[in-house]
Amino acid sequence: MTTRLEPRFAKCASEGRAALVTFLMCGDPDPATSLALLKALPKAGADVIEVGMPFTDPMADGPSIQAAGLRALAGGMSLIKTLDMVRAFRLEDNETPIVLMGYFNPIYVHGVPAFLIEAKAAGVDGMIVVDLPPEEDDELCLPALEAGLSFIRLATPTTDAQRLPKVLTNTSGFVYYVSINGITGAATPDYSRVSEAVTRIKAHTDLPVAVGFGVKNAESAAAIAAHADGVVVGTALIDALKNSLDGAGAATAQTIPAVTNLVADIANGVRSARKLAAE
Amino acid sequence: MNIDIPNSYRTGPDERGHFGNFGGRFVAETLMPLILQLEKAYEVAKADPAFHEELAFLAKHYVGRPSPLYFAERMTEELGGAKIYFKRDELNHTGAHKINNVLGQILLARRMGKKRIIAETGAGQHGVATATLCARFGLECIVYMGAVDVERQKPNVFRMKMLGATIVPVQSGARTLKDAMNEALRDWVTNVADTFYCIGTAAGPHPYPAMVRDFQSIIGKETRWQMEEAEGRLPDSLIACIGGGSNAIGLFHPFLDDKSVELYGVEAAGHGLEFPEGHAASLAGGRPGVLHGNRTYLLMDDDGQIIEGHSISAGLDYPGIGPEHAWLRDIGRVKYLSATDKEALDALQMCCRLEGIIPALEPAHALAQVAKLAPTKPKDHLMVVNVCGRGDKDIFTVAEHLGGM
Repeated sequence: MTTRLEPRFAKCASEGRAALVTFLMCGDPDPATSLALLKALPKAGADVIEVGMPFTDPMADGPSIQAAGLRALAGGMSLIKTLDMVRAFRLEDNETPIVLMGYFNPIYVHGVPAFLIEAKAAGVDGMIVVDLPPEEDDELCLPALEAGLSFIRLATPTTDAQRLPKVLTNTSGFVYYVSINGITGAATPDYSRVSEAVTRIKAHTDLPVAVGFGVKNAESAAAIAAHADGVVVGTALIDALKNSLDGAGAATAQTIPAVTNLVADIANGVRSARKLAAE
Repeated sequence: MNIDIPNSYRTGPDERGHFGNFGGRFVAETLMPLILQLEKAYEVAKADPAFHEELAFLAKHYVGRPSPLYFAERMTEELGGAKIYFKRDELNHTGAHKINNVLGQILLARRMGKKRIIAETGAGQHGVATATLCARFGLECIVYMGAVDVERQKPNVFRMKMLGATIVPVQSGARTLKDAMNEALRDWVTNVADTFYCIGTAAGPHPYPAMVRDFQSIIGKETRWQMEEAEGRLPDSLIACIGGGSNAIGLFHPFLDDKSVELYGVEAAGHGLEFPEGHAASLAGGRPGVLHGNRTYLLMDDDGQIIEGHSISAGLDYPGIGPEHAWLRDIGRVKYLSATDKEALDALQMCCRLEGIIPALEPAHALAQVAKLAPTKPKDHLMVVNVCGRGDKDIFTVAEHLGGM
């Protein structure tokens, strides 16, 4: 199975650098601003876009992403409108991979078969569903693979050697290594441990390994880019977005540049950590 | 839908934690190894007579079990039908059934060498029980409580603090029980090495629903021999209130295979089931979904966003329900009813007036259904209602609703 993910990671690898994976919550702070942001991300340096599907009860997310989800929901966002947003993005960009990220309940309630058909048709490439471990693969992972969509799994510091093969078995697209035990937006990881973990995962899979949690700026992005095939940044972008809002929580003229400038800065960090291409 | 009716209703869950289509392990990868470790540790403890001996000893000498099965003579006379018995779990140390489960989990945490205990609480009864046993065993205790609940359950907040627990008021989401559970899960994901998550109800990822049920089943087991002693036979019906459903499953489970015993769970209908955001009856007004680690009936909108339930009782306003109840409803073994805020308040007053017992608002919901069902039954019908908590914590709420008294 190939999606837009494989050629994109291959392209970054051929340029001898890690891919920059950016996360924003769909519909945050309002649908129009959110779409404009999505469209601006590739130009700012994002290689892969993760689109958050808002959920009222995001149990693995820190305060920033929780608040982003609630802002999006207050602005009328839903799963169906999230897919509409992807469709609108695809009118102009048919190359940047899009990965939906969120929790299972909205998908389950929508109906898994219908969701997979609609997501594929909208131009989605893969999904990360935080509350579906390998033990629940029948629910969405296997049907998604069958529908031609990647199912990207999280590996964490608690995923030991014995468990790793189970986590990797039905993973496709890339592996998302969560560099700390904790929620999004928490502490900065120990970079030497990250390198160890990436090596450990790569011993079990040929998939690219992207690393997230704790990436805040160009410097931390560069530190991770030196060891990984991809760097994921989410909370830092959402904080920048939030800080640009007015007192009523509405977007301002600063909102889009606040996010794209930070993305550009982080993209420079990723590129500055240029790895030696495997020649 | 084709539903398999099993030979026994008491064999669940399966090895993946499923009760029919419900239950499961819907958690982040970080937690999966912990949940598997917990499952293994519980299996070992369950098979160890020493664990059961310790549990039984403390249940007797510390909690005060067995709780009496009490014939409510005047209520029986007043309602003029079934013979009504109260299972007096409000007489337990800390004033509710919650301690049955906490005792089991804390003994398990000790076996696992965990020194830091976290818990979520709504009304505060589970938090108080957890703080109590942490004090008893010298364990660190952190209780997550929605900021809204911290305000409306102040007496329990003070109790927990006196017992040495750290209370974390949860400001995220709707700032009530479901958010406290989210926050406890976030803590667990962050502090995986030394922390034991003591869940307060028969919900959450496998093995919690089964484990909490097992610890609460002491209620039903006692009821069985106590009724045998009092009347020489099994009861005819059992009634219990349901938020997450731990007191109800504890009472029901030992009787699931006794077909002659009618089982009634009572959900909180709040302002009335006709108000979509005005009740907390996940079975009557919800549909299957996935939250907090399990598939079960949930209150939610068409987009799968969780709706905050409402009930006058802070212990019942949870938007979900334990997965075993979801299954028992679908296969029809338990009949699920509901009672409104007003019906619960009326039943609470009736219980005070006739029996000299101030029940908590939670079992007042069960008593409201007793008031409806008992008159329809013959005089030799033996009805047991679980008075699962005492009402001291609720006196201010009740006073407010009854106009200061």
